[in-house]
Amino acid sequence: MGELAAEKHVKYILSVEKRKDDFQSVVMEHLRMNGAYWGLTALDILGKLNTVDADEVVSWVMSCQHQSGGFAGNVGHDPHILYTLSAVQVLALFDKLDVLDVDKVTDYVVGLQNEDGSFSGDIWGEVDSRFSYIAILCLSLLHQLDKINVEKAVNFVVSCKNMDGGFGCIPGGESHSGQIFCCVGALALTGSLHHIDKDLLGWWLCERQVKSGGLNGRPEKLPDVCYSWWVLSSLIMIDRVHWINKEKLVKFILDCQDTENGGISDRPDDAVDVYHTYFGIAGLSLLEYPALKAIDPAYALPVDVVNRIRLRKKLAV
Amino acid sequence: MHGRPRKPQKPEEEEASAAEAAKLRPLQSQLLENHHQKNYDKEALEVSAKVLEMNPDLYTAWNYRKLAVEHYLKESPSDTESIKAILDEELRVAESALRQNVKSYGAWYHRKWILSQGHSSTDLELRLLGKFQKLDARNFHAWNYRRFVAELTNISEEKELKYTTDMIDTNFSNYSAWHNRSALLAKLLNKKAESYFPAEKVLNEEYELVHQAIFTDPDDQSGWFYHLWLLDQTIKSNAPSLVSSWPPHGYRVALSRNRSLDDQTLSPSRSFHSDSETLALILYFDQPVQGVDSSSVSVKSTAHLRGDLIWKPLSKCSHDAAKAWVSHLSFPQGEMNSSESYSVEVSLGNSQKITSASGFHHVKPTCFSFGVSVHLGETPIEECGNEGIWWKDENFTSCGISPQTLPFASSDNLTIENNYAPSSSEWCAEIISNEIALFRELLSETECKIGKLTLARFLMAHVATSPHANKVAQLEEVLELYLDLMKLDPTHFHYYKDEHSSVLLQKVTSTTESLFRHCYCYKDQTSPYLGTTTCVRLNNLSISRIGSVEKLLWVQVLDLSHNELRSTEGLEALQLLSCLSLSNNKIGSFTALESLRTLKSLKVLDVSCNEIGSHSIDTTRYLFSSPLSHSEEKENDLSSDKMVTDSPDLASYWEAYFLFKDLNLTQLDIEGNMISSERFQAFLVKVLPKLHWLDGKQVQ
Ligand SMILES: [Zn+2]
Repeated sequence: MGELAAEKHVKYILSVEKRKDDFQSVVMEHLRMNGAYWGLTALDILGKLNTVDADEVVSWVMSCQHQSGGFAGNVGHDPHILYTLSAVQVLALFDKLDVLDVDKVTDYVVGLQNEDGSFSGDIWGEVDSRFSYIAILCLSLLHQLDKINVEKAVNFVVSCKNMDGGFGCIPGGESHSGQIFCCVGALALTGSLHHIDKDLLGWWLCERQVKSGGLNGRPEKLPDVCYSWWVLSSLIMIDRVHWINKEKLVKFILDCQDTENGGISDRPDDAVDVYHTYFGIAGLSLLEYPALKAIDPAYALPVDVVNRIRLRKKLAV
Repeated sequence: MHGRPRKPQKPEEEEASAAEAAKLRPLQSQLLENHHQKNYDKEALEVSAKVLEMNPDLYTAWNYRKLAVEHYLKESPSDTESIKAILDEELRVAESALRQNVKSYGAWYHRKWILSQGHSSTDLELRLLGKFQKLDARNFHAWNYRRFVAELTNISEEKELKYTTDMIDTNFSNYSAWHNRSALLAKLLNKKAESYFPAEKVLNEEYELVHQAIFTDPDDQSGWFYHLWLLDQTIKSNAPSLVSSWPPHGYRVALSRNRSLDDQTLSPSRSFHSDSETLALILYFDQPVQGVDSSSVSVKSTAHLRGDLIWKPLSKCSHDAAKAWVSHLSFPQGEMNSSESYSVEVSLGNSQKITSASGFHHVKPTCFSFGVSVHLGETPIEECGNEGIWWKDENFTSCGISPQTLPFASSDNLTIENNYAPSSSEWCAEIISNEIALFRELLSETECKIGKLTLARFLMAHVATSPHANKVAQLEEVLELYLDLMKLDPTHFHYYKDEHSSVLLQKVTSTTESLFRHCYCYKDQTSPYLGTTTCVRLNNLSISRIGSVEKLLWVQVLDLSHNELRSTEGLEALQLLSCLSLSNNKIGSFTALESLRTLKSLKVLDVSCNEIGSHSIDTTRYLFSSPLSHSEEKENDLSSDKMVTDSPDLASYWEAYFLFKDLNLTQLDIEGNMISSERFQAFLVKVLPKLHWLDGKQVQ
């Protein structure tokens, strides 16, 4: 089995930011905030966050904030809860949450909660259980969770539960590993995991592992590195990760590396991107691959960052 | 980002990509410019349409178009012609974006938004969906949109169900269709809609449909999950019933402050220790129920019980339902050295309040009674634990008593009006038997992993629902199946291993004789801790999870050492537990011991030789209530003991702190874990002020 080409990946992640001329880069300009979160979190897991100029990143992040308190995916774009979370996560990585006007960001997120407890992604009203997770996570990082109706938020997430124990985007929506991650995460952060049938969901999730060792997102689909994150973190939060074969999954992720130029792709020999590079590295961290920082399955941030934020306040240490 | 080959780009490809980029970039800038200027003229709209055709995920462009629509609708609010033209144009843009990327959230939502503006043609939407669903029958955006359109335009659930039948008939391997079918059918069954009632008829037809799928290609997963759901629907249609209790029916319990109480009239296992004249009363149901409280459970006693009974769920499930419920009976405080005998009668089932998760009421009138003698006013045991408990084989001797005196002996017929054994309806039993026969047949022809697993699950359902089943033989068959599966599908070895463990424990506890083989006495019967208490040793069984706790509610001393346990989930029901050994297991962190936090009687705990501190990823981090997750009661947790909260070690050992601060341990063994160190020991002594023994040494 190959090894993790850590140095190459660091180089690759740093190079993505500089590449501006190909079509993919232009297409993805509007979600640069997500890209920043993926790239920087991957660097932190690899122990290389210090290769980045924190002040430069922080000032760019803040330049994406809208007067409503929400953040846009890039300068000049509209605010959305997706990018608001990424912005808060990036600031958390650098221990710079104190630059935020917490009330303003909180107001933005709180304002997106609907009567039935669900969350809209922005003022245009698209509802998705992903946004419930994002809102809950964002407010947890800011210690402001008590500003929303948590009970209703939890009930909405639970209403997205399906026959297979998984969760969909909205009530009635089909289970999908990414969506399951969001819903399990929302329930984990609110201390409500008892709503999950852990054995039923755990079996569905562990059956995502296919012969090659990789994980797929739904039954009868192809494996993909990004599901290493969605499925693994869900299995960890419900304490069923031992139901898959970790060695085989590690091998699958490592097989998806571009060992020449760095980066990780969805499947072996496909083109790499920063999204799959992050999910591959984060997946390896969840698999306790040596020399990587541990990542927290619910906060999707390194454990030391989460402990710093959640325990420092509560334990006053 | 998905499915693009890695090969290095040829120069001409690179050029093409750069050219496309050069085309898109100014358009995107122009769009943002128009957006900021609130410029909605024709030319500006044209730019946004072009951008979205090239980049359907550009959410700001969709927002811009929505603003434009609102702008024009405001301008000509009554001109239906022009409104229609505006909305039609939006549908066109959304459709062409979907042709570019059928997974674009923004494009699908834009279409929804337009429809919500009151503009819709069911036919048009369904035709479009038909096209997209033919291209990709699993596209969950399209399915979500279909449900949205069906609801918006009041298409009946029956009609949509028919659509899933058609999709399944076209191709069995369509998990999305099976999923939608389960959601629709659940609604119809719930409503008891015409021709969907009674459930038995519907379920029989559904079993037939899914058999066609799984027998056509047993290796395709699509139908199997639906089949498992049908099993769940079948079992869930049984009313919940009580399966065990503490104390059990007809039992006599002696309550005293001193365990070494020598009462010749009682069998040794019947006396146990209580500091406050309280007795735990535990009800254990066959499925999670809600509504257990002082109005649904009547407790009558010849004693004047102190205070109201408060029922608490142990191991909550969704919607505050739980299988196990506990309450505490407080007996009156009497004279010094006096001894009073009382009887207690518990009855439930007279109210409709106790309900299962699927809404079925506990209806069978159930009643049980037991006797309690309270030996009051004796001197409490001196801060017990001058001598520790040593979990060595030679310290346990076989019980010198008859198995019939043990609390579980009579558990097969504990109640007066209900024999405690849940019995299923006839049709349910028939379905289960049919499925078992069918899968035995399938497996005789082909080696199919999910087929084996399904047979094992149906056999377990049979054991659980039919009181007359030959339990031991069926449990043995299931154990065989799981052993086979471990070989057949090694990737999921530990899933089968966990299931195997549950079944094994069910077998061990299935008869009095079998469980009695695991009962021992502690050598030193003068021990103020143990006295002559019966010790249950389920050590060295290679079990990886705990189960069958309903048979162990009476246990006070439990040895689970030398197994492969990763967590103590399930032990929360054993409210009488005072001594527990978990040494030589696979406990990976203190958070895996969450269930012990409810065991207020626990005094002696051995977790030596586990894996605490060895893992960078904690798989029970969120199953443990802590400051990491939100919960009201946790907020005030820390204020009380300054000595610990001021300790610099708290940050490193916070899990241990949250676990132990609520326990009153007098003996703890922790060595043989990565976490143990002198510094950690010093921390524990602070958190556990009553500790007498730590790692075999007396605490100074
Ligand atoms: Zn992917």
